Amino acid sequence: MTLGSDSPIIVLTARMLAPFIQLFALYVVSHGHYSPGGGFQGGAMFAASVVLMRLVAGSAVGQVQFKSLWAVPLAVFGMFVYAGAGLLSMAMGGHYLDYDFLPMTWLDYPARHSFGILIVEAGVALGVTATMILLYDALIEGRADD
Amino acid sequence: MRLFRLLTVLSFGALLLYAASGLPDRGDPDAPPHRVRSIAGSLGAAAYYIQHAQSDANTPNIVTVILADYRSYDTLGEATVIFTAGIICFLLLKRQKV
Repeated sequence: MTLGSDSPIIVLTARMLAPFIQLFALYVVSHGHYSPGGGFQGGAMFAASVVLMRLVAGSAVGQVQFKSLWAVPLAVFGMFVYAGAGLLSMAMGGHYLDYDFLPMTWLDYPARHSFGILIVEAGVALGVTATMILLYDALIEGRADD
Repeated sequence: MRLFRLLTVLSFGALLLYAASGLPDRGDPDAPPHRVRSIAGSLGAAAYYIQHAQSDANTPNIVTVILADYRSYDTLGEATVIFTAGIICFLLLKRQKV
């Protein structure tokens, strides 16, 4: 457990900055089709905003934002989303991770691929976010300055 | 000894520069990795990706299409590596038993 910063300027700046970092992280994930970006980068940025709040406001406030217990299930869920997209297309009669066979019949062939890429990127982003928060919490756990 | 190390580094640097001078030019369509068909007649991967990425996946970013569509097995492995490494670090760093 850490106590966070004493300076109100740092706390206020980080509080104002964190939502925009999270919004930009979601933009990087969802806009990976058109610009540099994607799951790994967006997930790392989202985790950076959570770790920023933990550093600045202390672990107690950070736990309100994102509990340490959620990290492992969220990482597993991210991997499950990725592998599940592959298994889903396999269950619909295609190869593993063959997005042609995703059950979005209202989308045409290239749009289904685009949608499959988005699902996969979201899974990667969840996994990376949760793994980075998990590592920060494991490093900070049991620190003596609280 | 110091001179020997310096000479080793310099000779390796010269070797790298010599090897780099043999690389094909950027975007040279006749370079072996960029050819649409190889000498044996098989399709070249890079040219295929550049020509078909937009029509296959409706996505202008070719890198994303290669990463998450053509090579999605590879990305699944990458994500699994990050996940596994994170879980193992967590288990090693944890103070009390799970």
